[in-house]
Amino acid sequence: MTTVAARPATMAQALTRALRDAMAADPAVHVMGEDVGTLGGVFRITDGLAAEFGEDRCTDTPLAEAGILGTAVGMAMYGLRPVVEMQFDAFAYPSFEQLVSHVAKMRNRTRGAMPMPLTIRIPYGGGIGGVEHHSDSSEAYYMATPGLHVYTPATIADAYGMLRAAIASDDPVVFLEPKRLYWSKDTWNPEDPPAVEPVGRAVVRRRGGSATLLTYGPSLPVCLEAAEAAREEGWDLEVVDLRSLVPFDDETVCASVRRTGRAVVVHESTGFGGPGGEIAARVTERCFHHLEAPVLRVAGFDVPYPPPMLERHHLPGVDRILDAVGRLQWEAEN
Amino acid sequence: MTVMEQRGAYRPTPPPAWQPRTDPAPLLPDARPYRVLGTEAAGSADPDLLLRLYRRLVAGRRFNAQATALTKQGRLAVYPSSTGQEACEVVAAAVLQDRDWLFPSYRDTLAVVSRGVDPVQALTLLRGDWHTGYDPYEHRVAPLSTPLATQLPHAVGLAHAARLKGDDVVALALVGDGGTSEGDFHEAMNFAAVWQAPVVFLVQNNGFAISVPLAKQTAAPSLAHKAVGYGMPGRLVDGNDAAAVHEVLSGAVRRAREGGGPTLVEAVTYRVDAHTNADDAGRYRSDAEVETWRAHDPIALLEEELTHRGLLDDDTRTAARDAAETMAADLRARMNEDPALRPDDLFAHVHAGSTAQLREQAEQLRAELAAEAEEAGR
Repeated sequence: MTTVAARPATMAQALTRALRDAMAADPAVHVMGEDVGTLGGVFRITDGLAAEFGEDRCTDTPLAEAGILGTAVGMAMYGLRPVVEMQFDAFAYPSFEQLVSHVAKMRNRTRGAMPMPLTIRIPYGGGIGGVEHHSDSSEAYYMATPGLHVYTPATIADAYGMLRAAIASDDPVVFLEPKRLYWSKDTWNPEDPPAVEPVGRAVVRRRGGSATLLTYGPSLPVCLEAAEAAREEGWDLEVVDLRSLVPFDDETVCASVRRTGRAVVVHESTGFGGPGGEIAARVTERCFHHLEAPVLRVAGFDVPYPPPMLERHHLPGVDRILDAVGRLQWEAEN
Repeated sequence: MTVMEQRGAYRPTPPPAWQPRTDPAPLLPDARPYRVLGTEAAGSADPDLLLRLYRRLVAGRRFNAQATALTKQGRLAVYPSSTGQEACEVVAAAVLQDRDWLFPSYRDTLAVVSRGVDPVQALTLLRGDWHTGYDPYEHRVAPLSTPLATQLPHAVGLAHAARLKGDDVVALALVGDGGTSEGDFHEAMNFAAVWQAPVVFLVQNNGFAISVPLAKQTAAPSLAHKAVGYGMPGRLVDGNDAAAVHEVLSGAVRRAREGGGPTLVEAVTYRVDAHTNADDAGRYRSDAEVETWRAHDPIALLEEELTHRGLLDDDTRTAARDAAETMAADLRARMNEDPALRPDDLFAHVHAGSTAQLREQAEQLRAELAAEAEEAGR
């Protein structure tokens, strides 16, 4: 047995590896989208797949998102497992009718006869200086659609493991890739991808007793940084990575909040009608008698995603999180 | 002195060589809808086929009448009738092999039934019972699609997948004239042509998208002409001429099966009934217009031809009507029974498994039902 040393890998490489391994393991897996073939995707996530598996299994499609997802539905009907790439978050909107009216409902409307084992990969979120329509956080739309699963990894191990799980799932998964974490690095044994927690479970990334930060995807590193900074204030923050928004892990979330008595939900998506409202309501309904303060939200402002030169003012950063934590303390003391 | 001469030695760089990607001439549809019945070509049409289509048309007309009656009795929430369009509906099912797939829209219950699906199962959507009452894999019929044209890319994807797997399966997708304005129509046509997918699109141009006439729907010379822009052949056919629809559709299916790629067929027909029972057709069209189309009825056209050739005697006619009556009586009897829906099924098929949230809600519903039962028993 040869030992392969762990080496630094990026989230982008882990995603590529997940696609490659899934395609090698199951000939039904087909990757399709704009530029996914020869170019390897604009983020190079599908790099090398067309060369290794052929253009029939890693297909450059015409530039039409409804057509990409609609034909993927037909392919899934015939027993394939399409993995669709939507190039950027806001580019997925033309496919919304296919997603909502067919992908999400096909199992239900056929009473289980016609499952939709397809994965929709969407690079999402801001922080990379993208111009208009390249930085949306659209997870609330997907969460609000019964029948879809919504996954969003924040670590490199999860990027690999959760994408494999999404492709293996007999249900449609909207797989949201935090694009500003594509180039984050971790040591990783490429021959032996790490085991991950089952999807559907949240994971406590940092233990603490003062308050719980509930977060996911691109905001996880920001929350971990905020938790480190909070030590100076004497606050010991717990950080929970939700990992999947659907299904939602009430159990892990509530266990943490009951222990700390305080919670802040942190995400890039807008606050009004955003995921944080749902999460705060769930926590309040289940943990009311354990709460020392209202559940707060630190979210993007309720504005269309701003131009890159202003995005740092929009995105939840360490200071805004610490400010919210400070308000939790105040609520508790008064 | 011309402008170019003024500019002296300037020689513009010629553009890179250009040529059309494909010759448009073979893709163009006929100038007029193709007809067989009432023309010389009818004489060579297969008598067995014509008789088979006749029996199906008679049954189809009866099915439409029965389903419409069921809406008046409150047994169907709504029924978008295909009366007048039966030739397209029954032929769409008749030209397919068992292994092929049919992708119907909400008006195509008759095509679904003609394909072999139990009429009661085909009508569950319109009854208010479960959305799709049949297993799509049993007869290879996709669920009836209510959103317009969204089933067309499914047909392309399925046909493409079948070809990738090496199966000689063809997908036939039905859409109305209004549906051709939708983005999904355009995207499906484009994908099909680029992938050379074994798929046939049948547009039933029945004149109206609810109330909007074709002239307000498109500026194209015909809907069949749209095919040329995608690089596939367009075929224009008289949709009330069952023999012509059969010939054109079978040709397109054969071509797809043999690797020739997709075809767009426009069948020119007419929706004799209103859009649904909720529609007032008198607001947007004249009785005189409807009468001109009634005179070009698909059943009457076929009857004339069969009678002319001595193929239709009273016994055959009576037998066809009796069979249709038996079907209608059976449908009526079974539709008059109240469907037994189970509230638990609300949660049964949302995901492959369940989630904690859905289990909680299922429990809540069970408690509500138990309370209701207790109340009723008191």
